[in-house]
Amino acid sequence: MVSLVQTRLMPAIVIAALIVVLPAFFPSAYYYRIGVLVFIFALAVVGLNLLMGFAGQVSLGHAGFLGIGAYSVAIGPVHFGVPSWLCLFGGAALSGVVAFIVGRPILKLKGHYLAVATLGLGLLLAIVLTNEARWTGGPDGMSVPRLVLFGWSARGATTWYWIAGATFIVAFVLALNLMDSPTGRALRAIHDSEIAARVLGIDVARKKVAIFVISAMYASVAGSFLALFNGYVTPDAAGFLRSIELVAMVVLGGMGSIVGSLVGAVVLVVLPQALTVFHDYEQVLLGLIVMVFMIFLRRGIVPSLAAAFAGRRK
Amino acid sequence: MGALQRYAVAAVVGLIALSAVENRAFAQIKIGSVLSVTGPASFLGDPEKRTLEIYVDEINAKGGVNGQKLQLVVYDDAGSADNARTFATRLVEEDKVVAMVGGSTTGTTMAMMQIFEEAKIPFISLAGAIQIIEPVRRWVFKTPHTDKMACEKIFADLKKRGLKTIALISGTDAFGKSMRGQCVAVAPKAGITVAIEENYGPRDSDMTPQLTNIRNKAGVQAVVNPGFGQGPAIVTRNFRQLGITLPLYQSHGVASKQFIELAGPAAEGVRLPAAALLIADKLPSGDKQKPVVENYSRTYQTKTGQAVSTFGGHAYDGFMILVEAMQRAKSADSSQIRDEIERTKGYVGTGGIVNMSATDHMGLDLSAFKILEIKGGDWTLVPDT
Amino acid sequence: MAELLQFISSGLTVGAIYALVALGFTLIYKASDIINFAQGEFVMLGGMTTVFVAMAGVPLPLAALIAVVATTATGLALHRFAIEPARGASPVVLIMITIGASIFLRGVAQIVFDRRFHSLPPLLGADPIQLGGAAILPQSLVVLASATAIVTLLWLFVDRTLLGKAVIATAANRLAARLIGVDTRRVVALSFGISAAIGAVAGILITPIALTSYDAGTLLALKGFAAAMLGGIGSAAGAVVGGVLIGLMEAFAAGYVSSNYKDAVAFLIILVVLISIPQGLFGRAKVERV
Repeated sequence: MVSLVQTRLMPAIVIAALIVVLPAFFPSAYYYRIGVLVFIFALAVVGLNLLMGFAGQVSLGHAGFLGIGAYSVAIGPVHFGVPSWLCLFGGAALSGVVAFIVGRPILKLKGHYLAVATLGLGLLLAIVLTNEARWTGGPDGMSVPRLVLFGWSARGATTWYWIAGATFIVAFVLALNLMDSPTGRALRAIHDSEIAARVLGIDVARKKVAIFVISAMYASVAGSFLALFNGYVTPDAAGFLRSIELVAMVVLGGMGSIVGSLVGAVVLVVLPQALTVFHDYEQVLLGLIVMVFMIFLRRGIVPSLAAAFAGRRK
Repeated sequence: MGALQRYAVAAVVGLIALSAVENRAFAQIKIGSVLSVTGPASFLGDPEKRTLEIYVDEINAKGGVNGQKLQLVVYDDAGSADNARTFATRLVEEDKVVAMVGGSTTGTTMAMMQIFEEAKIPFISLAGAIQIIEPVRRWVFKTPHTDKMACEKIFADLKKRGLKTIALISGTDAFGKSMRGQCVAVAPKAGITVAIEENYGPRDSDMTPQLTNIRNKAGVQAVVNPGFGQGPAIVTRNFRQLGITLPLYQSHGVASKQFIELAGPAAEGVRLPAAALLIADKLPSGDKQKPVVENYSRTYQTKTGQAVSTFGGHAYDGFMILVEAMQRAKSADSSQIRDEIERTKGYVGTGGIVNMSATDHMGLDLSAFKILEIKGGDWTLVPDT
Repeated sequence: MAELLQFISSGLTVGAIYALVALGFTLIYKASDIINFAQGEFVMLGGMTTVFVAMAGVPLPLAALIAVVATTATGLALHRFAIEPARGASPVVLIMITIGASIFLRGVAQIVFDRRFHSLPPLLGADPIQLGGAAILPQSLVVLASATAIVTLLWLFVDRTLLGKAVIATAANRLAARLIGVDTRRVVALSFGISAAIGAVAGILITPIALTSYDAGTLLALKGFAAAMLGGIGSAAGAVVGGVLIGLMEAFAAGYVSSNYKDAVAFLIILVVLISIPQGLFGRAKVERV
């Protein structure tokens, strides 16, 4: 039993150690910023991976929840004078409620029909954010007040590195635990065969909605962090391309691999930064690299490499 | 398959490694830029980037500034505020630029502002909205006219023609939304009534339903279309398709000859506020701006093979204001450059004559705008009086 | 009345554009179960190639032909070098490959072509036809007629030719099709080729109305995908009906409700339809085998 706990928490401990050690090699605040972005996106991607990788449900509108989180910490303090930290939780709760209400009818849909329904949902949210300029500043976006906790204000990439890093580790461990719980096993059963799961007496609809709510809350917290960290938010935080980016991170890292979520976020945050030296050829290379990764590591980076290592050991 | 797989992975790893070897060239003065070269605002960022590249080369060919060569570092934010902020951090922390010319949209500019304020690096934005310079921020400047000025200019022209009641049809993109807001805000003061408002998405392909509603609205005397990109061309075509004969006003967002090509014969009679740049050849010979805009138009057209746009002109103005400030400061020190930018007086640019001060970080007045009318497939200048 | 006719005409124009894009989605899906998100880029390539080849001095009809051939070749290449090597991968991975391909093609287009907007002259002149008080562009009728013609041709191909029957067999059951001697690989390649060609034709025909640019494909893919799903993916008739319905919904929403929220209205209706008819209007429910 002890060894089981150890192996299960091993990745979390390794990643936590990396988070602590890495800054020693950061030459400037720019690297901290990249780190923060990685953690924030990884947070959203872990949530989405629970939905996609374990429950087998694709969401093409997940950035909508990112948007709810981001605009909660913008609108709440600016228009209603509510403290940011409260808005962060409020946003997560709101995202959960939205996911709960729309989850049941939408998650009845299968495969690509679910994809288009979630896509529609994400677009609806983005349209509202763009149109209600009185509240959201419209396409130009709006400023986000700093996060203030007990009179201490969180600013700068270095501070946010530790906030986002710690939050990511907590979210990571929560996700690992969730996967090993009875709910997690039920979810995997749904992924393998929904009908078989139903025959076994699993309330498929309820489990699916539950995981949808959790993944929406993960995305919402990530969105709040992103807005607070940037100090500014525009509707593209909730846009279709953002949703695609999140799905790409899940698939690239490996569906069903929580560690893969981090790897996927690292690759897709760092790669565009690395590709800037190619100027006009940035997009060509980005597209090419995504294709090559998917063709040759089709199960995602982490599961494919893990399989390759296991194979070699034999 | 195994070998192929390894090669492919090796190739990707190689690419990433190669890209990590940054181009740390021998240039002396580094100037940064973050532009929306791709994405929904690419028709702003694309001409801006080309312009900056052309003129950095030209200045360097003439021996640089204060005897030092310039190096331009450009990043593409693809229209995302989030990317813009990352690249702004990179310019400050990694590239150590002394000044920044860029920020194609209001959203990206606002997201980057704090970075440059805190790093104490002058930032000349190329975006339109008034909130960039109001309230005045010590390190932030901008070159384009504000949307408010465009609205005021259009309304003044309407008044001259005795037209008071208008319809607005705006794009839901950042430009359209922002200008629409300003127009609605200044309308009452100008004695203009907005009788009906319609909108369209930035990539919509047909606006006849919205225009039908406008046509059926009683009392509308003119139609104003705040928007940029392809929308205004389609609005103009649909406007004629429906046989609407009211005067149609476009905005400074359609500030390129390409609009006339895209809208075709439907563009006849359309009026818009624009900078002198578009009518370089039609300015009277005594005009102060004439040599500047003629020179820029010629250079841009020869180097790129494309017609000039106002947006490229904004980049030209921003860059030249910076270069002149550096020359006056005789230094590449960010703080001294900032002081000199603020002291810019009588700079003759493509957008107008710029007089900055501690309270005005744009330095343009309404005289910078001219009202143009499209006649015979070309711009003509509508006399001011 | 004139107003209603005008809205219908607008809806049909836009709807026919969506329908042409949706047809491409549906054909590839039928043969291979893949949702090809690079379909919008096929449309873009058709329009942009025609514009640039014509600019080089080639007569317009020939330029259009070159564009269709080039786009078809692109479609076949996409299948050969990206889809075929990933055979057997999960649907989401295949979707990611097509998304990668769409980023790649957009990137190539902005280098080979440019980042500006372009138009083409309409086929039958620019003077609107007056019909009961509504003004309709001849080009809208061309797009509508082409959508109808393409559906008819597809139906004839599937129904009357042996190759078409192979497509049906592949769609119904890939393994069984292979057992009775159908070269399913060729069928899938064929579906990519035809979809690319349809996309290119669509791109050429809609450019006089909607204009084009290197990134025109993203939104078209979005709307086309929604149309295909609304109609029921895999059904050609469904693609056309789905496309036209979305076009009409947008036009009516813009005309009667609020032009601010016209896209929202359209997607709201799609959501409601899908929730009440989970397999789309013309789709068939799949039976899951345990």
